[in-house]
Amino acid sequence: MKLVIGIVRPEKTNDVLEALFRCEVRGVSMSRVQGHGGELERVETYRGTTVQMGLSDKTRFEIAVSDEFVDPTIAALCEGARTGDVGDGKIFVLPLERAVRIRTGETDHGAVTPVTA
Amino acid sequence: MSGVDTGDTAWMLAATALVILMTPALGLFYAGLVRSKNTLNTFMMCIAALAVATVTWAAIGYSFAFSEGNGIIGGFDYAFLKDVTFTPINEDSTIPHLVFFAFQASFCIITTALVSGAVVERMRFGAYLIFTALWSILVYAVLAHWSFGGGWLIDNGTLDFAGGVPVEMGSGFSALAAALVVGHRKDYGRQALLPHNAVYVVLGAGLLWFGWFGFNGGSGFGTGQNSVLAFTNTLLAPASTLVVWAVCDAIRGRKVTAIGAATAIIVGCVLITPAGGYVAPGWAMLLGGAGALPSYAIVMLRPRTRVDETLDVLAAHGMAGLTGILFIGFFAQTSWNGVSDGFLYGNADQLLWQTLAALATPLYAFGMTFALLKLMGLVMPLRVTEAEEAVGMDVGQHGEEAYATGEGAILIRPAEGERIVGDGRVEKVPVANPV
Repeated sequence: MKLVIGIVRPEKTNDVLEALFRCEVRGVSMSRVQGHGGELERVETYRGTTVQMGLSDKTRFEIAVSDEFVDPTIAALCEGARTGDVGDGKIFVLPLERAVRIRTGETDHGAVTPVTA
Repeated sequence: MSGVDTGDTAWMLAATALVILMTPALGLFYAGLVRSKNTLNTFMMCIAALAVATVTWAAIGYSFAFSEGNGIIGGFDYAFLKDVTFTPINEDSTIPHLVFFAFQASFCIITTALVSGAVVERMRFGAYLIFTALWSILVYAVLAHWSFGGGWLIDNGTLDFAGGVPVEMGSGFSALAAALVVGHRKDYGRQALLPHNAVYVVLGAGLLWFGWFGFNGGSGFGTGQNSVLAFTNTLLAPASTLVVWAVCDAIRGRKVTAIGAATAIIVGCVLITPAGGYVAPGWAMLLGGAGALPSYAIVMLRPRTRVDETLDVLAAHGMAGLTGILFIGFFAQTSWNGVSDGFLYGNADQLLWQTLAALATPLYAFGMTFALLKLMGLVMPLRVTEAEEAVGMDVGQHGEEAYATGEGAILIRPAEGERIVGDGRVEKVPVANPV
């Protein structure tokens, strides 16, 4: 079991979701985050105040998957989120110790496998 | 100053200010309907109309619309406000020419802003400014001449109280052409593109209705019976539209929607715009109620097509304006308007001229706007890049965000003798060295 964290451009959120559903990854949570990953900085001006925006809006996906789903998940994240410009985001894969489905008490593999699968 | 009536003038000054408020109100209405990353750009398209259309109107638009010319377009007599003074424009007018000019300017502004609804979230701001300048002259001024300024429609007796021809059909059918030439948003039909703030939409619609009392109530150019009738009809018709729209919503989805109600207010105000001073209050309520149905149908069907006429200017303005213009042909009543009867009261000619207006205006507005944007497209890009469209127009076109948090924002402070250039770099200010 792994926890795949994907941080992507907010405007690519829908593309990523589409790609994930297409490879049958159905258990996903996402949140809005702000971050800095070396992209070229935006300049904004409000009346006399000019600022460099050091943080950009990003969408962070957290996806817990069983081992055979790790590669398809990474492929889907890359496919959905890539534009080729700086700022496309990152993917982190972490080992996952335990997972519990609250409703049934199922653990581990059973817990990260969608009910419909 | 012969012939100036102080009461009429006082009302027309107030009415002009009311109509000016409609343009920022439209900005609010439109801004709520787009995604949050395009809020400011959408708002700015309306603010830009306040700037550009006022200048073009003063320079030449007003003259093309209201000075003596032929049946199609006026001449150059009032260009750059020549001879626009305190003396009324003609013997029938009881307000200073300057007030008449300003009131008509406010119409040109709001109409120009209306068209932007078709191209929001993707059109380059620079290209939009140029389009606005040309459109206000080539389309609005010409149509205003046809129906207000002594052109072929008004000459033959077409009744158009407050601008069903130039304002409503002019903007609505131009919007359709603009949407077709500029093309759909890149994610249109693929993703759900939802309004980001329904409260703006409802508040904007409410302010538009408020302003519309000046728009219709001022179109009698005084405080006479036509103005009073139009003022009250502006209350009655949109209220009826609201009722019918709510019922349609309830039948279709079992729920009455707020954005639907906001749309109904606009549609109702548009319906009564051409007919305001010409039909009895009872007929105004029928117009507001039954007239809502064609617009409702277009609002429901348009998103199923590939035509991304984004904010439904065609349904709310084009279709409702056309319905209102035709309605006069049937239900106008001399006993109420003192001008002419409609078909129902024995005057079939009126219906003929209303029908001609309802055919010629859409053709001209659509054709001219289509050609104008096609020609502009040959010399400049009309749209932003796909990448910029994805990030949002606010950052890309204006370098601002509607909902900036300031988190992670670093102040750029140039040292003495330095300045910030466009892309945020700091450079030395060139100093002339005295020898």
